[in-house]
Amino acid sequence: MTATLIQNARVLGGDPQDVLIDDGVIVALGTGAAREDADVIDATGLIALPGLVDLHTHLREPGREDAETVESGTRAAARGGFTAVHAMANTDPVADTAGVVEQVWRLGREAGHADVRPVGAVTIGLKGERLAELGAMAESAAGVRVFSDDGVCVHDAQLMRRALEYVKAFDGVIAQHAQEPRLTEGAQMNEGELSGRLGLRGWPSVAEEAIVARDVMLAAHVGSRVHICHLSTRGSVEIVRLAKERGLPVTAEVTPHHLLLTDELVAGYDPRYKVNPPLRSAADVAALREALADGTIDIVATDHAPHPVEAKDCEWDAAAFGMLGLETALSVVQHAMVDTGLLDWAGVADRMSYAPARIGRCDGGDQPHGRPIAVGEPANLTLVDPTTTTTVDPSASASLSRNTPYEGMKLPGTVVATFLRGRMTHQTGGIA
Amino acid sequence: MIRHLLSAGDLSLDDATLVLDTADEMARLTEGRAVKKLPTLRGRTVVNLFFEDSTRTRTSFELAAKRLSADVVNFSAKGSSLSKGESLKDTALTLEAMGADGVVVRHSASGAPYRLATSGWINACVVNAGDGTHEHPTQALLDAFTMRRHLGELAGKRIVIVGDVLHSRVARSNVLLLATLGADVTLVAPPTLLPNGVDAWPCATSYDLDGALAGADAVMMLRVQSERMNAAFFPSAREYSRRYGLDTRRQRLMPPEALVLHPGPMNRGMEITAEVADSARSVIVEQVTNGVYVRMAVLYLMLAGTNSEEAA
Repeated sequence: MTATLIQNARVLGGDPQDVLIDDGVIVALGTGAAREDADVIDATGLIALPGLVDLHTHLREPGREDAETVESGTRAAARGGFTAVHAMANTDPVADTAGVVEQVWRLGREAGHADVRPVGAVTIGLKGERLAELGAMAESAAGVRVFSDDGVCVHDAQLMRRALEYVKAFDGVIAQHAQEPRLTEGAQMNEGELSGRLGLRGWPSVAEEAIVARDVMLAAHVGSRVHICHLSTRGSVEIVRLAKERGLPVTAEVTPHHLLLTDELVAGYDPRYKVNPPLRSAADVAALREALADGTIDIVATDHAPHPVEAKDCEWDAAAFGMLGLETALSVVQHAMVDTGLLDWAGVADRMSYAPARIGRCDGGDQPHGRPIAVGEPANLTLVDPTTTTTVDPSASASLSRNTPYEGMKLPGTVVATFLRGRMTHQTGGIA
Repeated sequence: MIRHLLSAGDLSLDDATLVLDTADEMARLTEGRAVKKLPTLRGRTVVNLFFEDSTRTRTSFELAAKRLSADVVNFSAKGSSLSKGESLKDTALTLEAMGADGVVVRHSASGAPYRLATSGWINACVVNAGDGTHEHPTQALLDAFTMRRHLGELAGKRIVIVGDVLHSRVARSNVLLLATLGADVTLVAPPTLLPNGVDAWPCATSYDLDGALAGADAVMMLRVQSERMNAAFFPSAREYSRRYGLDTRRQRLMPPEALVLHPGPMNRGMEITAEVADSARSVIVEQVTNGVYVRMAVLYLMLAGTNSEEAA
């Protein structure tokens, strides 16, 4: 591989520096770095971030290749500035065996757009009845460290306790989809004044908070770490904040859409806004932003959830839950967090690269992610132009699906280029 | 007049009054006449699209359209592609291709008529004939029409609506329409059957039926499905009846001239006793008659003088 010289990039938003990459590794950093045979990229005005890591991605393969494949999903990831994604287990067949997680992992390697870290199911078939062979998945070539029944909650307290304990043997983490099932039977949208008015079955905040509270206490009791997926309510924030003050081993994620969109959008019954957990109130959005800024919420995770057109082009009740997220995540975070002064670019690097890699335990080993931009580190880099404004066009997506909630919205920032171990996995036309 | 009737809240005071006045006219023109047909919608096609069984509402709309001389097509969930899983969109495209001018839709999903009207699938006018637990605007119009005939203008009148508000599209539409008409509405239900956020609705709420009845000009009882007790909304049908059912004792708490309404179908012995349902102050049967006039008015106002002339 030839060397690449990125000139005048503002590393984490700081002063312009040159970044010299050779053989997939950052070999020089500073001003005036030079190499005669290097490909030169002028990154003047661009911000360099460590390659983003998504802890929560639905790639749909195997089973729903009409919605997304590992290839298309990771291409969307690269366009969004991600160099690693954690592929959720709710595929068909479910990723609850070493065979399935290895298949997904291998498909990721073959596609080459981003490293795919499969998430293993906690229970067989996501049924919440018996533990899947977590150890076999951990020891497989995929090296699974994150386990989740995402889409459904591990609601049986005893099973959750056992899962939390069991994965300690290989430093795993249970990523909980916090949704008390009885409180959310048939639920369609955030429970509040609007759900009552629209006649849509309410999805109360307490259905999430009850599980978050329980699991934080379970994790404390058994001395295991627990990760809360797509935290969406102010009450959940308060519970996690309290737990962290007590030093409990909990981490939490928030999605870009929960940082920006509110349940008011449901008023038109447009299923593009149907998502699990549901869009919440403006007060929840404000609490989530504040929590991401102060570190109560550790990371942003996309919950990228592709669906074919017909799954959304229907009445609300019949529509699927979920929305695309990989390609718009950084723009939404810039809009909601950076441009509002809540987070600087170093903070973005932490919430979208270092911390998710640490939680997913992919910050070490042969091909680590979420490493600082420093000499000797792998050249996983994302170059962002924060000055642009783009109108979101679903048809321009690399995803096979079109279910973005941001259609027609103007969002700031463009991912200009993404490097995975020095190799460019995405670039816009604008750079040479 | 609005192009689609999706929510009773879409109607301004002027619109609502126009519908009610037009319904009066429809009643005057057809009541007691041997020939009940008017030629106003000749050549127009009205499709009754019923994804959910409702013989009485469908029949009412069908009769209304036929009395206006429209061609009427009934699509119902049984015996058609609707029961074979054809999507709302495909059904809509089919109706559009057949040239429907008005689509009257009943659906179990809240918001389905809204999707039909706003997704660009069809050009026809859409009338919501009941969607999930959302709204049933023509029911509210016929209720208002019935009350207005007996009570005069509804501004300042006290209307009590009792029962399963949480799951009731009738209650939602009535609250919105009656608020527009200036009536004072009180919803009475056990706390489990009032929606979260009901405080923000333009009405009062109470858990105490006895207390709400004194001074009422009309009491509207909502159907309560006994299945609700399996979901712990209330302990038993008997307890529900005792606390929220309208019987002769409670009817005596009402002013003697106060009306009793029920959108039907009734659970006699559950939310209302037979004695009350069949009493002199009950206008339940009249509501059914008035439903046809109100739906004639809605179809007439929405379809007469719309796109067909422009196209011709």
